[in-house]
Amino acid sequence: MIRVSIVGASGYTGGDLLRILLFHPEVEIQQVTSERHAGKMVSNLHPNLRKITKLKFVSIDELDPCDVLFLGLPHGHMMNRLEQFEALADTLIDLSADFRISDPAAYETWYGKPHTCPDRLKDFVYGIPELHREEMKGAKRISGAGCNATATILALHPLYQAGVVESSVVEVKAGSSQGGNAVSEGSHHPERSGAVRSYKPTAHRHLGEIQQSLGASNIHFSATSIEMVRGILATSHVFLNKDLEEKDIWKIYRSAYGDEPFIRIVKERSGIHRYPEPKLLAGSNYCDIGFERDPHSNRLVVISAIDNLMKGAAGQAVQAFNISKGFDETTGLQFPGLHPA
Amino acid sequence: MSECPVCGADVELTSDAVVGELLSCEDCGTELEILNLDPVEIGEAPSAEEDWGQ
Repeated sequence: MIRVSIVGASGYTGGDLLRILLFHPEVEIQQVTSERHAGKMVSNLHPNLRKITKLKFVSIDELDPCDVLFLGLPHGHMMNRLEQFEALADTLIDLSADFRISDPAAYETWYGKPHTCPDRLKDFVYGIPELHREEMKGAKRISGAGCNATATILALHPLYQAGVVESSVVEVKAGSSQGGNAVSEGSHHPERSGAVRSYKPTAHRHLGEIQQSLGASNIHFSATSIEMVRGILATSHVFLNKDLEEKDIWKIYRSAYGDEPFIRIVKERSGIHRYPEPKLLAGSNYCDIGFERDPHSNRLVVISAIDNLMKGAAGQAVQAFNISKGFDETTGLQFPGLHPA
Repeated sequence: MSECPVCGADVELTSDAVVGELLSCEDCGTELEILNLDPVEIGEAPSAEEDWGQ
């Protein structure tokens, strides 16, 4: 059994990590931390885990050595305590943004301040298994990818790899859990309920990792928060540099993802679920991708959906963990979602 | 073995397939119709369009 501890486990991502790992056959959860809730039962914060675990939160300073640390701290904390965590565990899987961008100058561009350990950025494997599976095998440092970035990168990577993109514009609709469990004026129910709020029309931080992963700067990104708790729907308007038919697009995606366990091409001619829908993915680790070629222009619309807390965070981190430790990468991640939900 | 006219996926016919038989593409879910058997020809089955334009 692999001894796992989770740092920053009181948040929504930490809760989903626990939900998955408590049932993982190769994992023993050793400790979970929360500075604010140290001493409280885990089920106080994550009530879905009642009668499943009797774990209590501890402080980071009470952590014992373990095999793997999953880190769900707010952005900027992990890089300042890297040595402390490296002394505790052989393998670190960080879900913050601290080690997603490998270039220090690019990190400063997107996060507005210098990285505190820039020489360590290249030690971390970027956490999208579909792009970095081979590097993940045996990896000791993995950085989870951003949720919006994951939905966008998985949608567009095959097209950029095929060299068929002139430029692309991505609009993401995001659920409220993306903002974490800290309250703010903006999350107050009368303000948030029913909102369709443009919260980042330009310069979203995830664009840095999107451009890094796609190896391109000809991509633009906007994000809107909507009335949804879990989920991301990314609509990517891709302007093609070649005259491709839908059958050609099918071949590109089938070639890229035909063997991927967590990616499904969803594009049906009839029925009410013809394209990806985040609602159907709640709690699952799938990324559904669909597309439609505009018959009147060179635009291809690619639609991708994920659960931001799963394929966009905890689920994808466990998938990466499975790969790094040599387990079947679907272990603990087989939940198919609910219908109706 | 034949090819889905919509997405290009392989479509396998059973040995007792007949002209006019309907089947679904496993990749794109399109309902297909066997138009000919020798040579094999597959087309999209006719269907009513839904109006999603409101």
